[in-house]
Parts: sequence; structure tokens; C-alpha cells
Amino acid sequence: MTDPILRTRGLSLWYGTHQALKSVSLDMPEHQVTALIGPSGCGKSTFLKTLDRMNELVPNVRVEGEALYRGRSIFDPQVDVTWLRRQVGMVFQKPNPFPMSIYDNIAYGPRTHGVRNREKLDAIVEGALTGAAIWDEVKDRLKKSALSLSGGQQQRICIARALAVRPDVLLMDEATSALDPISTSKIEDLITELKRDYTIVIVTHNMQQATRISDRCAFFLQGELVEHGETTKLFSMPEDKRTEDYITGRFG
Amino acid sequence: MERPSLRRQIYDRGLRALLYLCGLLTCALLAFLICYVFYRGMGGISWELLTTQRSFIRNTNGILPNILNTLYLILLAMAVVLPLGVGAAIYLTEYAAHRRLVSLIEFAAETLTGIPSILFGLVGMLFFVQLLGFGYGVLAGGLTLVVMILPTIIRTTQESLKTVPQSYREGALGLGAGKWRMVRTVVLPNAVDGIVTGCILAVGRIVGESAALLFTAGMGGMLNSLWEALNASSGALSVALYVYVNEYADVETALSIAAILMTITLLINLAAGAAGRHWKGGKA
Repeated sequence: MTDPILRTRGLSLWYGTHQALKSVSLDMPEHQVTALIGPSGCGKSTFLKTLDRMNELVPNVRVEGEALYRGRSIFDPQVDVTWLRRQVGMVFQKPNPFPMSIYDNIAYGPRTHGVRNREKLDAIVEGALTGAAIWDEVKDRLKKSALSLSGGQQQRICIARALAVRPDVLLMDEATSALDPISTSKIEDLITELKRDYTIVIVTHNMQQATRISDRCAFFLQGELVEHGETTKLFSMPEDKRTEDYITGRFG
Repeated sequence: MERPSLRRQIYDRGLRALLYLCGLLTCALLAFLICYVFYRGMGGISWELLTTQRSFIRNTNGILPNILNTLYLILLAMAVVLPLGVGAAIYLTEYAAHRRLVSLIEFAAETLTGIPSILFGLVGMLFFVQLLGFGYGVLAGGLTLVVMILPTIIRTTQESLKTVPQSYREGALGLGAGKWRMVRTVVLPNAVDGIVTGCILAVGRIVGESAALLFTAGMGGMLNSLWEALNASSGALSVALYVYVNEYADVETALSIAAILMTITLLINLAAGAAGRHWKGGKA
């Protein structure tokens, strides 16, 4: 196992008075897919959003403990949040392309970070769309609105948009839960591809998906990290009774 | 299925008739007002009326100065209120973190929209005309209008900003965009329809306003450039209507002005609807 690129130590989080995360310590190693599983409201999405500080958009949120990206504290006031989000990209549950052309969607990130040169942008856009396995489907209509695409295509546009800023880590928040089975399997294949170049952390409700695509798995329950480890081991010999109950479908 | 009882049927029919009557009366009132004003007013609208000023020496009776004054007022008021109102709305919806303060400001804006405009006129006179020494003119009048329509612009812009899906904001921030870049590239372009509609309605309100302008812009009917009009008593169209009836006892010309005002209002309402549809349509 390589060194963890993301690591949390005793991470707790409160929304007002409600504690959503209870001292979570987890390592997410480089070039691996880490799946976060657990029932609704268990804190897995909250945990994910803490990793690129998107939780700050929620009022009255309070964090304790440590979260490190390549050894640097994410919550350090010295850390520029826009820099962090450039390293740690996010793909959301519902496809959320901007109401702009496909090209402008992908170019949004690079333009934000100062790329103005047309040829450079063209190359980045093509690279990102190819990386997200959607280049062939959209290369003839880059000027068309991204909203004219199907849900599955929109989600791959969002993945391409995230790739275009060349992040280090890709966070995916139930990125396939709003999609049909065919689009889902395309994105699962894509994730397996992407892990060669990126580190991926994915939240999923779908246990089969976790077994199919993840290397490591972390089981959350009511804000607590119950168990984590290699996916094959967690699903074959869970150590905790609650993990076993969950993965065998006794609750969820 | 059982037939409803006779009593029930009579009750239903009676109620329906009553509702029809209400609707009919509303339409009849509007139709009467429009027809009457146009019938009495259209005849008086002439090239002379639209292109000259009232002059005893040249023996002309025209309202060109008033048309221009209305235009000046619109220009000045919108030039000030648009950046101010949109800026305030952006601050309130996108930046302000203090929820209680925001709701207090929103409550204040809500209340301001309900205040009779003559009050704005009075305060405008005391503050802009006298205290700041602007005198009667487009400057004092325009700034009074700014105070009057600012809350409307803020509210409509805010409503419009709130309709922009949160997922767009998250998407932009997630890519490492700063807050202002997010607002400028993702939020504002998707709120333009509401802002434009709000502006057109504000222009409509300016055109129809008289009470707030009587004491601030004044009643003057001299032909002035915008620069001269800033500090010269300048009657807008709606004020001219009042002046024609009250000072000159010329009801015919007043009705012509009324017909012109009505046409402008109608056009502005149509424009607001069209703009709303255009921007909404352009979004998808």
C-alpha cells in the first residue's frame, strides 16, 4: 500500500447541535478507489464534502480533528480553499452541468485558473472529454448546450469538467444514483480507468457497486466509522456485527 | 353517482354567476377607462404637441419638454439604482452571513415598497432639494425615485438569484472558482431574466409616478438638455398632466397626455412579459 494521499484523524463535525461525524480516522491511499458505504444519513456524504471543504457552504457547521491532504492540513487558514478544490475535485450526486455549451462547461475550470490560450483550452477540453469517455459522443456538438444531453452523458460531462482542472483526487458523491443501469456501468468502467491517474473516493448506496469498483471500503453508521479495510476482506469477513448486518441486507 | 340536491345546484349556479359578474365588472372597468381616455385624448395628439413646448409667443402647445424630462428621470434613476440594487441583492443573497441582519434588511425593503410615494416626495424635497441644496430638478427627482424603487429592484433581483439552482454554485466552487467568479459567471447570467423584468417594471413605475416628483423634480415645462435639467424645475409627463388640469384648466391636453402615458405603460408591460419569456427561453 502506498502512502495515503488523504488522511483524517479524529474528524468530528456538527451541524448546529447535531453531530454528523464522530471522530473519524481514515486513510485514502493513492491510485485506489475508496468506497464509503452506509445507510442514508450515516455521514458518508458529509465526510466526503469535508475533504474539499464544501461543507463550509452550510451555515452553523463546526469541525474538530484533523484532515490532511498530502500531509497539509485542509483546515489550515493558510490553505487557499480554491487551491484545495483544484487538487481535490468533486462530482455531485445529480449531474449539474452549467447552462452553457459543452465546451464552456469543460473550459470553466481551466479558465478560472487563468488559461486563456485558445489552443491550450482546445487541447484540455479534448483531453478531459476523452478521459471521461465521452469525446466520441460529443465532439461534433461542442457548441451545443450541455443541458441537451442525457443524464448519463451530463454526468460524464461533469466528470470531464472536474478532470479539466487536472486534480489529484476525485470525490464522487453517489455519482451514479440518478442514472440508468447502462450509464451507471459506463461510469463504473470509467472509474476503474481513472484510478490509474487519480485517487478516487466515492460515496455509494449500492453494495454491488462498491464490490465491483472499490479497492478499499469504509462503512459508516450514524456518523461513526464502524469498519474499514480492503473491499474483498470487508465483504467476505467483516469484523463488526453491524457491518455484517448491513452488507447482508438486514438493514439499510 | 347521485345527483346533487336541488339546493346544492342553485347554490353552485348562484356562486358561479357571482364570480362571472366580478370578472366582468373588472374587465368592464378597464375597458371603460381605456376607451374613455383614448376617445377623448387621441384627437388632441398632434405633431405639434409631441415636438414643441408650451409657448405664448410662438403660440404653441407642446409637451416635448415633459417627454424629455421623463426620459432624463428614467436614465438617471436607472443608472444609479441598477448597480446599487443589484449589488445589494447580490450581497444579501450570496455573501451576507448574518441571517438576522439579512432578514431585517429584507423586512425593511418589503415595508419601503408599501410606503405612499408622496412620502418619498416630501422627504426627497427636505433632503435632496433643501438640505443638499440640489434645488428642484432631475437630480433631486431622480435620486428620490432611486430611493423609492431601490427596494423593488433589490427584492426582484433577490428572488431571481434565489431561483438559480444551488447545484450551479456548488459546481463552480467545486472547480476552485472564487465567490465573485461564481457569481459573475454562473449566478448572474441565470438571474438576468428576473433582473430585466424588475427593471422594466421599475421604469413603468417611474413613468407613472407623480406624487414623488411634484416636490422634487418640480413642474417646469422648459426645453432643457439633460445637463441643464439636473438643477432646473422639470415636470415629468405625469406631473404635466396635473399641471394642465390644475393650472391651465386644459382638460383636453391632459387627456392626450393620459393617452400617451397609458400607451407607454401598455408597451412597458408588454416589454416586461416579452423580456421575461426571451431570457427564460434563451436559458435552455
